[in-house]
This record gives sequence, C-alpha cells and structure tokens, in this order.
Amino acid sequence: MSNEMISSTADTNILPVSESGEIVFERVSKSFTTNTNPAVDQVSVKIPAGDLVVLLGPSGCGKTTLLKMVNRLYEPDSGKIWMGGKEIHTLPVNELRRQIGYVIQQVGLFPHMTIQKNISIVPHLLGWEEKQIIDRLEMLMQLIGLPVSYLPRYPRQLSGGEQQRVGLARALAADPEILLMDEPFAAVDAINRERLQSELIDLHGKLNKTILFVTHDVEEAFRLATKIIVMRAGKLVQYGTPLELVTQPENEFIEDLLGSSNILRKLSLVNVNSILKARKNQSIFTGGSQPVERPGTVLHPEDDLRSVVSLLLCSGRDSLPVKDSENHLLGTVGYSDLREMLISNLPSE
Amino acid sequence: MNYLVNNFDVVAKLFLQHLQLTLAVIFFSLLIGIPLGLLLARVRWLRGPVMSVLGIIYTIPSLSFFVLLIPLFGLGTRPAIIALTAYAQLLLIRNWLVGLTTIEPAVLEAARGMGLNGWQRFWQIEFPLALPMLLAGIRLVALSSIGIGTIAAFINAGGLGVLLFQGVITANYDKIFTGALAVTVLSFAANYFIRYLEQRAEFRIYGKRI
Repeated sequence: MSNEMISSTADTNILPVSESGEIVFERVSKSFTTNTNPAVDQVSVKIPAGDLVVLLGPSGCGKTTLLKMVNRLYEPDSGKIWMGGKEIHTLPVNELRRQIGYVIQQVGLFPHMTIQKNISIVPHLLGWEEKQIIDRLEMLMQLIGLPVSYLPRYPRQLSGGEQQRVGLARALAADPEILLMDEPFAAVDAINRERLQSELIDLHGKLNKTILFVTHDVEEAFRLATKIIVMRAGKLVQYGTPLELVTQPENEFIEDLLGSSNILRKLSLVNVNSILKARKNQSIFTGGSQPVERPGTVLHPEDDLRSVVSLLLCSGRDSLPVKDSENHLLGTVGYSDLREMLISNLPSE
Repeated sequence: MNYLVNNFDVVAKLFLQHLQLTLAVIFFSLLIGIPLGLLLARVRWLRGPVMSVLGIIYTIPSLSFFVLLIPLFGLGTRPAIIALTAYAQLLLIRNWLVGLTTIEPAVLEAARGMGLNGWQRFWQIEFPLALPMLLAGIRLVALSSIGIGTIAAFINAGGLGVLLFQGVITANYDKIFTGALAVTVLSFAANYFIRYLEQRAEFRIYGKRI
C-alpha cells in the first residue's frame, strides 16, 4: 500500500461518486479447518468507491475467500469489513446481500425461471412495484445488449455469453453500489470473453459502481482494472494501478507473475489510457504538427502498448494521436513514453 | 367378465377404497418424507444410517409386516396405511434426496449470494428443481402401494385385494380376473397421471421431455 496513490485516478471519475460504494478490509483473516495455513491472512485494503479493483493471484491464494467475505458467504475469523462506512455485520445478512450484486463463473441462473424472473428476483424481494421493475428490466436489457424479446425465454435457450450477460443484469437489478464478480468470464470462450471484458469496461464507465473482480488471468486483470490487488498465500503482495505493477513490482513474485523480463509482454499488459492518466500534464500535443490521419494510425485508450509499438513501427512516426470512441483527441503517445515507462520508472508523486 | 357386469357397484366401491388407501399412503409418506429428506440433504452424515434403516424396513415381507402390526393397531386400514407408508419412505426419500442434492451448486450459491433466505431458497429454487425427482418417487410409492395394497385385504383393509382373496377361496376365476383387471387399470392410470405431472415439471426446467 506504500505506493498506493502514485497516479491520481480522480480525473477518471467525472460523476460524483457516492461513498457508500467504498469497501475497507481491516486486518481480515480467515482459516478453513481443512488447511492449517490461513486462506486470508491479515489483509487490510481500501477499495475506493467507483473503482474496478481486480483481485489477482494463483489459485488458492485467498482471492475468492476475500471476495466472499464481503457478502458474508464466508465469515472472517478476525478483522472487520466496512462497506460505505458501515461494518457489514451490523446489517442482517440477507439485507446486506440484496445490496450487493454477485456474479459467479458458472452464472447460476435459475433454470426453471424465465430471464425476466431471473433478473427481477431481488427487486421483488425488496418489494419494488411492478411498473418500476418492468422499467428497470428494459433498461438492463439495453445495458447488457440483449433484446427485450429475450425476457420470456429460459436460460437454456441462451448461449453461454448471453447467459453471463443475464447474470450481470441480475446482479445489477436492484441497482447495488457494489458488484462482486468471481471469475465471471473464465468459462466463456476466448472471443466472447474479450467482448464481455470490453462491455464490462464500458459498463463500469457508465454506471460508476465499485466492482471487485476476482481472476487468475493476468491479461484480464490488466485489461479491466483501475487497480490490482495481487495476493499470494492469503497475503496481499501489492496493491496498485496496472502501470505501477509493471514499472514498480514490489518483489520477484510480481515480476514472475507479469513475466517482467519479457519487455513485449510487459508492454502488452499496460494500455494507452494508463499512460495518459499517469502523465502529469495532460498537454494534448507533445510538439510537432498533427499528422495527417490515415486508417490504422490512431490509437485508442484501450490499446495495449505492445500494439502501440507495432503501430508506431508501421506508421514510421515517433508518436501517434489517441482518440476515444467519439473521435475526441485525448493526447498523443509515442516512443518517448514507452522509453520513460520502461527505462526510468515513473517519478513518484 | 360376467362378475364385473353383474357386480359393478361392488367393484367400484372396492376400487375407490383401494384408491383411498393409496392416496392416504401418499399423503402420509409425503408428510414424513419431505421434511426427513430435507434434513438428510442438509445433514450429510445422517444419510447412511437413515437410508439403511429404511432399506431394512423395505425388506420385511409385506404379509408378515401387516400381521405384525395387528397387535398394535388392530385390523383394518390403519395397520395397512402404516405398513405401506413405512415401505414408501425408502422409495420416496431416495428420489427426493437425489433431486435435492443434484441441484447445481452454482444455482444455490447464486440464490444465497443474492440474499434469498432459507425459506425463499426452498420454495423458489430447491422445491421446483427437485420436483421431477419427487414426483418420480411419488409414482413409485403409488405403484408399490397399489400392488402391496391388495394383500392388505387379508387384514381387513378392503380394496381390490378382497376380490382376489375371495376369488381364490371360492375358486371363482371370473372374480379373480375382475380384481386383477381393476388393479391393473388403477396402476396404469396412476402411472400415466403422475408421469404426466413429472413431465410437466421436467419441461419447466429442461424445456424437453426426458
């Protein structure tokens, strides 16, 4: 946590963030009777409201255990967990769970219920009015990109990717501040996984929810995360932005995890957006005239730096403009940024 | 067929008695079996001992079981219902337990994580998902009770067994044939009716008849 605030993430949140989405773990430990070593060992970490924080680590490192203690599927042996300034054990357990969206790898849609019933189950439990639920359903279907005509269908009639989208809609149904996602895309095929990841990034940008996301997939973690918590053997090893992890790995374990000796792999883990965010002055042009636009020579915030290198090489330029999906110029990124990032570590603030 | 035509009211009365006996057995079996099965689904270590006891009960020959109960409950339908209900537990609970324990764990975890309490999880998730297996169990109970129930006529429980016993004693083959036919009709009807319910419950979950 020492280098927690190297880059300011505040500028990414334009919407006011309600603090009720903040999660704080305070010296949380949990052991299972089947194992002598604690599954989670004295973890203290603060998840700011509105961030997408990824819990990353090898299987058995305690990341899922930590996640499941937030909605009390597991109870900590010691320590406290705060949600929006409230200790979670001060709430009745089912009331707490209805305030938290929960998405799991196997989706767990109820096979005997239509999509509509699956999604509206928590709003019903909370006593929403029928009209309000119908409106919410339409909004959610639009959000996850499925037609409203899917509502009367059954889960078995949907593909795996569609089912996981419905799982997400179900978790978002009662508009929770916090979303817990336990390896949600691990069972989806590669093409769909990438699509779901991009959609999640989009969705996170739109909804501004706090998302705690568990994965063992390093690429996935770096793709999605505002910040990453790396865990090993129940302990928190490092907590930082993707760029911080790549440029300032805490120890050899992190370096091995990221494959830091391989510079191209390292580049592939960080995207253009992290560079833009990390750069202190957001001056739009780093000098020179703006190049004539040609297809393939524009960078997007979600492009990883490895593809930036290839685009730079192909274009023959020293730097390229970065544009968002609405074609707004966000800045430029070039060789100098890569050099700065890889050779000299970024200056800490 | 003469017997059936000439004594239709008698046969109808015995048929209804037999149906009543079967329905009573199903009712009491469910009353005991549903909570007991639920308990076994939750408390794993109880399964072995309880299922063995039910297995032992099931092996008691029916006629001796009926006769053994006479000192305790007298003659009539009471001992018959008790014995048949005791037999039924093995068939019912085994199916119900399979239904409950084969629900996908992810479904139950999702339900828990979403904040459904125990009662809501049972009625909205577990019960409908285990229902096809429960109905399969009920079907077995119905069929075995109809079959073994004929022997219950020996201890004065009435039912279609009366025709069989009387027919054998008086060497009236027409009567035997009528009794056997009526029991078969009842069995087939029960089988098809419950199978229909089963398929409806399956259809809701799987979308096809399996």
